[in-house]
Amino acid sequence: MRQYTEPAPVKIKYFTPGVIVVCLVALNGFFFLMGRFIFGLGAVTNLNNQYPWGLWIGIDVAAGVALAAGGFTTAALGHIFHKDKYEEITRPALLTAMLGYTFVAFGVFTDIGRWYYIWHPLIFWNHTSPLFEVGICVMTYLTVLYIEFLPIVTKKFIGHVNLPGVLSKLNRTVDKLLRALDRGLDKTMFIFIIAGVVLSCLHQSSLGTLMVIAGSKMHPLWETPVLPLLFLLSAIAVGFPMVIMESITASHSFGLKPEKETLSGLANFIGPLLGIYLAFKIGDMAIRNTFRYLTEFNLQSVMFTIEIVVGFIVPFRMFMSKAIRESITGMYIASLLVIFGVFLNRFNNFIVAYKPPYILKQYFPSFGEVSVTLGFIAMEILLYRLFVKYFPIISQPKTGVTPSAKFEIKGATK
Amino acid sequence: MATQNRRDFIKTAVAIGAGAGILTGTMPSRITAKEVKTPSPARKGVLVDTTLCIGCRLCEYACKEEHNIPAGNLNSYEDRSVFDHLRRPDETALTVVNEYKNYGQGENITDVKIQCMHCDHPACVSACIVGAMTKQENGAVIWDTDKCIGCRYCMVACPFQVPAFEYQKALDPHIMKCDFCYDRQQKGKLPACVDACPVEALTFGNRVDLVEEAHRRIKAKPDKYFNHVYGEYEVGGTSWLYLASEDLSKKALPKLGTEPAPGVTESIQHGLFAYFVPPVALYALLGGIMWLTKSNKEEEEI
Repeated sequence: MRQYTEPAPVKIKYFTPGVIVVCLVALNGFFFLMGRFIFGLGAVTNLNNQYPWGLWIGIDVAAGVALAAGGFTTAALGHIFHKDKYEEITRPALLTAMLGYTFVAFGVFTDIGRWYYIWHPLIFWNHTSPLFEVGICVMTYLTVLYIEFLPIVTKKFIGHVNLPGVLSKLNRTVDKLLRALDRGLDKTMFIFIIAGVVLSCLHQSSLGTLMVIAGSKMHPLWETPVLPLLFLLSAIAVGFPMVIMESITASHSFGLKPEKETLSGLANFIGPLLGIYLAFKIGDMAIRNTFRYLTEFNLQSVMFTIEIVVGFIVPFRMFMSKAIRESITGMYIASLLVIFGVFLNRFNNFIVAYKPPYILKQYFPSFGEVSVTLGFIAMEILLYRLFVKYFPIISQPKTGVTPSAKFEIKGATK
Repeated sequence: MATQNRRDFIKTAVAIGAGAGILTGTMPSRITAKEVKTPSPARKGVLVDTTLCIGCRLCEYACKEEHNIPAGNLNSYEDRSVFDHLRRPDETALTVVNEYKNYGQGENITDVKIQCMHCDHPACVSACIVGAMTKQENGAVIWDTDKCIGCRYCMVACPFQVPAFEYQKALDPHIMKCDFCYDRQQKGKLPACVDACPVEALTFGNRVDLVEEAHRRIKAKPDKYFNHVYGEYEVGGTSWLYLASEDLSKKALPKLGTEPAPGVTESIQHGLFAYFVPPVALYALLGGIMWLTKSNKEEEEI
């Protein structure tokens, strides 16, 4: 089937009323972002000495990394396990991962107090720090993602290099350089693809190690030394739901037909992956006897119940049903629930579960913090739209091949 | 058909192997505390005898003067209404005294000075992304302004909830915490607070000697003291030690175990990165799968 669809730029009008609303959200976020850099963290955030980490670390960074897991899970499926039918979804997933991680980096840059020293981890190494490991892995992985994306850019410009004015004399040279780069990348890409998956496994799990050191301050419903494993398993489980959600949303928004067969194929993996996560999470709770904390009624027990029931158990049951895996609406809702579950899990781990012994002032995210977080998400959406409009990302039927012809040829080759 | 089955079998086997590889690679090899570097036997400490403390807060004043923090008028420290609310060390005060009325049983007043404990196995030092926190030979845990990126992970990691951050500064915000008057100690002087204490509630000396002294005091007056030296074993031991008439871990100081705070995390980190074996093994495994499934595909095409 792959022969009859190919990635191509989507022909859409960039600005629609919806896009303009997203632009306004981005603009509002940018306004508060400037406030943070001009007047300091204290001016925009509600962070204090009891709660050093808030919304930006919990959502922009931790949840952002987890929800960008679609990139490495589809790369593993399509390129490493060579499941060819999923290759068409690797490009959109790669783009979302690339944008996602870029904004994770922006999130870190915004949150750290001494942002002008963000390059310090490159030269000052502390090998006992899980944060150092996360930092280095995320930096390296971001580079790998850019390299993986590069062929899409070079292919667009090869043969079309047209520099303005005096620079036009360089057209041929640039074209040659691009071709050389493209050939080189083509031969070595497998190195980066494997590296991307390894780096993802490493930092997805180390992100869970982050809160282990704060053990005495963490609520026992989340606190466990196997957090790194749980973070990795939940990241793997949320990868495909993200791809399904994005694919269906993009199809709807660009007026294309969703690739139901491919998506249903992906959905087949999600149930077992969620099952493995749940088995480890519930098993760990049973071993550590933490279920008893659910009998208390407080913010933590309520948030935990919502997370595990709505975000994991319900979608687990849904993805185990064939009827739901074969319905676009069913898959969409179930995927949204998993995304919600992992999102809430990261938020809970980093914010709700964190209970310092002495609280002078409770933390609740400020309007500025929420604005910046929403602003970053809005900018991501705008960039995604821009990329799919100008680069061949989304697979579409080839021109000149009608659906009926497609069917006939397919039948003939079998 | 037979080859189809065999190929599927190989694929499944490889997939399971990959899964197992990832799991073993990320599973902490053991989750007990690993051997940590033993701190210097000559490290210093301070014994805080809260039964002697009168809550004059001269230590707070001396600390601010020493660290160039606006200290205000000395007379204002006589105002005891500050004790109405719990206070914590922050960017404007590296040490604070809290007063507890009727602490534990019996009618008594207990004043407890709080500052960085200067752990023997500090969580902040282990956690810091760039190694800006360091444990010195004399026991002091100090912060390096030239390295810190302001991520505040030390604040998340600290079991005593001590480091503070200058949120109001847009440029050059500092992590603020007691530095055990490192500069003064280098010059052979006492920490400012110890120097200022008018009732000798604070005793400076070698930590080993202070532990002995603490137990000697408990033994001499078992009715006066609660039989526990806070800091002797908490999170693997701290440079600052506390004596009190009541159990301080009920309220004034956090209740903590005896395992060093960074132990579990460091075990996980070292398990994950033992000579880079797990990441390299995972890389090799994935490479193998890639090659295997690709050659299968080519076979199919032929």
